[in-house]
Amino acid sequence: MRNTQAVQLLSELSHTGRRAETFPPADVPTRSLNEMIPADFLAAQPPQLPELTEPDVVRHYVNLSTLNMSVDTHFYPLGSCTMKYNPKRHERLAKLPGIIDVHPYQSPANMQGLLAILYETQEMLAEIAGLPAVSMQPAAGAQGELTALLVASAYFRDKGEHRTKVVFPASAHGTNPASAAIAGFDCIQLPATANGFIDLDALRKAVDKNTAVFMVTNPNTLGLFEPDIAAAAQILHDAGGLVYIDGANMNAIMGITRPGDFGGDMMHYNVHKTFTGPHGAGGPGSGPIGVRDFLKDYLPGPIITKTTAAEGAVTYDLTTPVKSIGRVRTHFGNVGILLRGYFYLRTLGAQGVRDAAEQAILNANYLKAILAPVLNVPMGKYCLHEFVASASDVLKSRGISAMEIAKRLLDFGFHAPTVYFPLVVPEALMMEPTETESKETLDAFAAAVQMILEEDPEFLKLAPHTLPISRPSDVQAARQPVLKWTPCLRD
Amino acid sequence: MAYLFRTPQQQTEMLQTIGVPSIDELLTQIPAGLQHCGLLNLPPALTEIELEQHVRKLAADSVGAATRTCFLGGGAYDHFIPSVVDEITGRGEFYTAYTPYQAEASQGSLQAFFEYQSLICELTGLDVSNASLYEGGSAISEAVTMAMRSTDRRGNVVLCGGVHPEAVQVVKTHVLHLDTDVRVAPLVNGVTDHAALAKLVDDQTAAIVVQDPNVLGALEDVAAVSALAHQHGALCIVAFDPLSLGVLKRPGDRGADIAVAEGQSLGIPLQFGGPYLGVLACRNEFVRKLPGRLIGQTVDRNGKRCFVLNLQAREQHIRREKATSNICTNQGLMALRATVYLASMGPQGLREVAELCCQKAHYAAEKLTAVPGLKLLSTAPFLKEFALTSDKPAAHWQAKAEAAGFDIGPCLNRLPAIAGMSAADRDRAFLVAVTECRTKDDIDRLAAALSC
Repeated sequence: MRNTQAVQLLSELSHTGRRAETFPPADVPTRSLNEMIPADFLAAQPPQLPELTEPDVVRHYVNLSTLNMSVDTHFYPLGSCTMKYNPKRHERLAKLPGIIDVHPYQSPANMQGLLAILYETQEMLAEIAGLPAVSMQPAAGAQGELTALLVASAYFRDKGEHRTKVVFPASAHGTNPASAAIAGFDCIQLPATANGFIDLDALRKAVDKNTAVFMVTNPNTLGLFEPDIAAAAQILHDAGGLVYIDGANMNAIMGITRPGDFGGDMMHYNVHKTFTGPHGAGGPGSGPIGVRDFLKDYLPGPIITKTTAAEGAVTYDLTTPVKSIGRVRTHFGNVGILLRGYFYLRTLGAQGVRDAAEQAILNANYLKAILAPVLNVPMGKYCLHEFVASASDVLKSRGISAMEIAKRLLDFGFHAPTVYFPLVVPEALMMEPTETESKETLDAFAAAVQMILEEDPEFLKLAPHTLPISRPSDVQAARQPVLKWTPCLRD
Repeated sequence: MAYLFRTPQQQTEMLQTIGVPSIDELLTQIPAGLQHCGLLNLPPALTEIELEQHVRKLAADSVGAATRTCFLGGGAYDHFIPSVVDEITGRGEFYTAYTPYQAEASQGSLQAFFEYQSLICELTGLDVSNASLYEGGSAISEAVTMAMRSTDRRGNVVLCGGVHPEAVQVVKTHVLHLDTDVRVAPLVNGVTDHAALAKLVDDQTAAIVVQDPNVLGALEDVAAVSALAHQHGALCIVAFDPLSLGVLKRPGDRGADIAVAEGQSLGIPLQFGGPYLGVLACRNEFVRKLPGRLIGQTVDRNGKRCFVLNLQAREQHIRREKATSNICTNQGLMALRATVYLASMGPQGLREVAELCCQKAHYAAEKLTAVPGLKLLSTAPFLKEFALTSDKPAAHWQAKAEAAGFDIGPCLNRLPAIAGMSAADRDRAFLVAVTECRTKDDIDRLAAALSC
């Protein structure tokens, strides 16, 4: 039974005088605040935060948590997001003293074990990318993209070249053009071929001596490997440009092929996706980048270096590359997420990495096959780790849109696929089952889709029917934005 | 076969359903010449017990604040984290969910982030908070570019010299290609030199950024900085320490247009620098220039109150190259930590923590300046952190402390350059931060260790 006790907003649960946390009196001789801090700087009273007991806080958030769907509780085939299982062993290990309590300005001599882990992570990421130099500073994939573009910019500036353009396919994630614009480039969007692939002719026309970078997601957002990726890379390289691989879909190819092997000069990972971060209800992520040797001097620091003394003693240190673009954030990086990536890769090993990718591909193709009788997948005979189905036919024949299928799936206990992305497929339902789901789950999901498609379209327009809420009004939210609690909101 | 379900029989069935003889058949879309031959060169797979032993061994080769006595500062602090923060954020329903694209399946996260925004507004005295950014440094950088968009000024941005020098670097990295001049006002006596600052501001200045307490722990005259900014039509960006607001006036009450913070002190572990939490709040008039996720209240089709991602037209997945930022996710789990932390503290808890830090830091300053040779770098007031200097290299004092099991610092030469301080000044100076977790005994023993 769903418990809605104590799920009012915090401020509505507040009662003056309650509190959860208390502190001991000061054990040092005390002075009045006025003696230490100018009166002008002092607040008359602390901020009026809600006042709650610990049981208040716990019941509130535990009951709120049950209003979420999550990978622990539900199949979550949200395409492009790689919602795979997040191993529990990571959590205990990430909280070990010597890891979780290391201050960023401690002496490196006192954190050799942690630096060893991070160094090994750096090396494993380089190996999987096929790109030798890695910076783990970026906090998320989007920051990785921006970092790599700034690296490219510095590289060209150093060569005395002023290149102004970044080229990307129409199916690119929104972060690609947004990052390129922030890095100061003009964005050139390319049309795709009828099959949704890179159009080499269009690329040839777009690329010239002013092109800095071609940003491409491979496998692409349709879950298909770009057949002409090597030729596309050649076009860029012939023009003196660089190829950036958006690593969003690394789960499909890790251990099978490497961005460095198919022409990429730079890439980012999403450690929270491919290497089980976890997703944390929307972050924190971690977006390390890998680059070719000739770009390594421009990486943001610090990176970890390993020195082996003559007698064999190993020392790890933090260094900043000589021509570094500078920092993209304070401190080292999202270490907590990188560690989980390390634990994951050490659990899998080389065979496990390849097995995971293969199983992700098997699961996606199986789901695609069992949905084929009811949902069309316009692009690709076989897919890699995900595929994009289209509800166009059922919209025409029965008036059922992608959104209605998505919303109704929630009633069946399945998180919805990604809808209406990529834009190249009308009524898109982008499904990524990942490798950590069973055949039984995929069968049950496909059965639910089939049932939904036979339901009354009017009934579907009001779905979901069994969740705590249904069809929130985005229009009202945007028209008069209510972005914080105020006393007049009290029910 | 970690975390995989396949059995040979099921695999065969699945391949039959797909209509291919083997998985290799599915891989043929990857040109053979591009496929990696053999296995990658990765370390061998470990079982859980082996992994646990391996990691514990490496963890034992690191010692952090739980083992040593931590007086380290510089933007990350060993504050107390109530157990309830770990328990709530350890719920799989929160940490294994994703960005709430499907509002009906994400009301838990959405309401928690709405509460986060509400708490940050109350904390800062400002109208609107986003649902969080990556960390403090990039929050400053996002605030700077937001100020440029809001004022339509690209000429220059002025940073007070007390802004964390790593954050100064972040700002420089991000505006480099815009030809925007990043001007840094020098420190004098450890705080902003207001006369020098005034000379750097002109009618092309998009914003002045002041950090309070600043990187040396000293308290800045924020109201004077905001008055200067507004006199020139620039915005005032205040980088604050959330816990300091237990005793200090709120940024919004001191003239801030945008307030940003490193939110690590709100229940987030040190973990060698991240993930932390970028806080960003602003006045109402700038809401459509905000970067990042924003949660709004609305009603569902039955009129029931609920929460959704709001004003998404600012964001990259809609606006692409015209977006206010390239940021995609917020820092969800860290925002949840901060929310649970603030809910557990309440106004009195926040005040007690801030006062404890202040009392203990002032006691520590008194004891440590009684150590022959050591003196305060600045006579400016401070809250929980201060800089010490002497005729000797800072490393001399740090080594003494470390040998006795104490961590102090960072030495200022471990940070990038600080405007108004020479390299020699920085070589001799180091920071000491004192949180509510340090005891009188810790402080007395540190002073004794430095005295001998």
